[in-house]
Amino acid sequence: MKRERLSVVANEQVGPYTLLRVRRGGIDPGVPGQFFMLEAPGRLLPRPMSLCLAPPRELAFLIDPIGPGTLALCALTAGEDLHVLGPLGNGFELELECPLLVGGGIGIAPLPYLSERLGSPPAVLGFRSDRHAVAAALVPNAQICIEPTLVTELIPAGLDVLACGPEPMLEAVRAIAPNAQVAWEAPMACGYGACYGCAVEIDGVLKRLCVEGPVLCAA
Amino acid sequence: MLLNASGCLDALVAPDVARGLDAFVTKTVTPLPRDGNTPVRIAETDVGMLNSIGLANPGIDRFLTRALPRLEQLGVPLWVSVGGFETDHYADLCSRLDDYASVSAIELNVSCPNVEAPVESAAQIVAAARLATRKPLWAKLAPAVPDIGEVAKAAQAAGADGLSLINTIRGLKLEARTLRPALGPGQGGLSGPALKPIALAAVATCYRATDMPIVGMGGIRTGLDALEFIAVGARHVAIGTTLFSDPDAPARIRMELHAAAQERGWDAYEDAYAAAHEDSLSLRTT
Repeated sequence: MKRERLSVVANEQVGPYTLLRVRRGGIDPGVPGQFFMLEAPGRLLPRPMSLCLAPPRELAFLIDPIGPGTLALCALTAGEDLHVLGPLGNGFELELECPLLVGGGIGIAPLPYLSERLGSPPAVLGFRSDRHAVAAALVPNAQICIEPTLVTELIPAGLDVLACGPEPMLEAVRAIAPNAQVAWEAPMACGYGACYGCAVEIDGVLKRLCVEGPVLCAA
Repeated sequence: MLLNASGCLDALVAPDVARGLDAFVTKTVTPLPRDGNTPVRIAETDVGMLNSIGLANPGIDRFLTRALPRLEQLGVPLWVSVGGFETDHYADLCSRLDDYASVSAIELNVSCPNVEAPVESAAQIVAAARLATRKPLWAKLAPAVPDIGEVAKAAQAAGADGLSLINTIRGLKLEARTLRPALGPGQGGLSGPALKPIALAAVATCYRATDMPIVGMGGIRTGLDALEFIAVGARHVAIGTTLFSDPDAPARIRMELHAAAQERGWDAYEDAYAAAHEDSLSLRTT
C-alpha cells in the first residue's frame, strides 16, 4: 500500500452518483475489487472506495453522496488535492471461464474496471430507479432491471458470478450461486487492518473485511 | 519514545508502520479468545470516532504460540497489553508473559469501556500483577473517574512502574435518520481530537500526583500535539486514531515534534518535559 496526495482531474455527475477522477501519481490501480482510502476533506476518517475505472494516469471512483464524508468527496473540484491510500484488501480472482458481473445500486462501482480486465463479459445490474440506472452506462454489455424487478431474477445458472451490492442482494446471490465471488462492504476507519472496525459476520464467522476481503468466496 | 495506542495497529499486517515506532504495543490480550462485539463497530463523530471492538483477540495461548514469535521478528521492542474480567486474569496473563525476554513491558488495560469492567480497583489489579511478573507494569487508566490523581497514586503504591494515559471515554452516537445507535452494541469508546483536552488534563494531574513516567495519548495528530503532552508531563507519547487516517504518521509526527520544539527554543523535544508546570498555579486542578 502507498499513500500519496493526488489532485482532482474532474468530478462528473453520473445520475445521482459522482465519478471522482484523480491523477494516479505513483499509486498502483491494483486488482478489480481492491479499494482505496480517500481523505474526505474536513472529516477525521478517510472513506473506503473501490476503484471504478483506471484510465491512463488516472484513478476514478464512483461515489454515492449519502453522508458528510461522501458529500465532501463529491464537492471536490478540479485542482484540489486529497490523500489516497491503496490499493488495499483482496480483489476478484480473474481466472474464470464464464464470468457474469452482478451489481446493485452503488455496488456497481468496481464493475467497470472489472469488466475492462475481463474483456467486457455479460453483466446484470439492478437499480432502485431510472435515475440511478444512468450509471449502468459505465458497464458494457449490461442488462438492467429496475425495482421491483430484482437483479437476482436475471442470473442464469452455470456462470462464474462476481457480485457487489447491498447485503440482502449479496445473500440472495449466494443462495443462487454458492461459489460466487462477492465484494462486501462495512464502515472502516483505516482500511489496512489496524482498527478492527470492519468486521462483518459471514456464515456465523466475524471477518475483518479489509484484510480478508472485501472480496470473499463462499467456497 | 513514540508508541502506538493499544488496539490501533496490527504490526503483523502493517509491519512497516510498526517499525516506525520506538515500541509496539499489542492489542489487548485476554485469557481466552474473543471474537469481539457485534458490528457495527466504528462510527465517526464530528470531532472524533467511536469504537466498540470489544477486545477481539486470539487469547493468550495462541498469542504466545502464533503471534509473539512473528512479532519478535519485527525488531521493535514489544509491549503487551493485557486485559481480563477479574484480578486473577491479569495475574495469570502477567505470569505467562514473564518468561518471554522479548516482552519489554506489560500494559494493564484496566479501563476498556467496551467490556464489562472487573469489580476490583485498578490498584488491586496492579498489586496482583506485580506479584506475577518482574517486568515493567504500565497501568492504562480511564479518565472518567472523580480524581485520576488518586487512582494513579494507588496504582503506584500497588507496584506500577508507569502510567498510560488515557483510554477512550464512553460515548454514544445516534443515526440522524432513525435516532438509533450507530454502533451495534450501542455505546463505544470515544477517541480522536475530542479526547485531547481530557487527556492533557489527566497527564498534568498524574504528573503532579506521582513520579511515575507517563505515556501520554488521546487525540495526538501532529508533532505540536505530542509536544503539548510532553510539556504537561508525559515522558512518552502514543498515537492511535491518527494512524487510521495516516499510516505514515510516526515519521511525520517525529519531524513535526522536533520542529515544534525548536521553534519554541528547545534543542530537543525532551527539554520541554513538564515545561507547562513551571508556573505551578496555572495547572491547579481545583
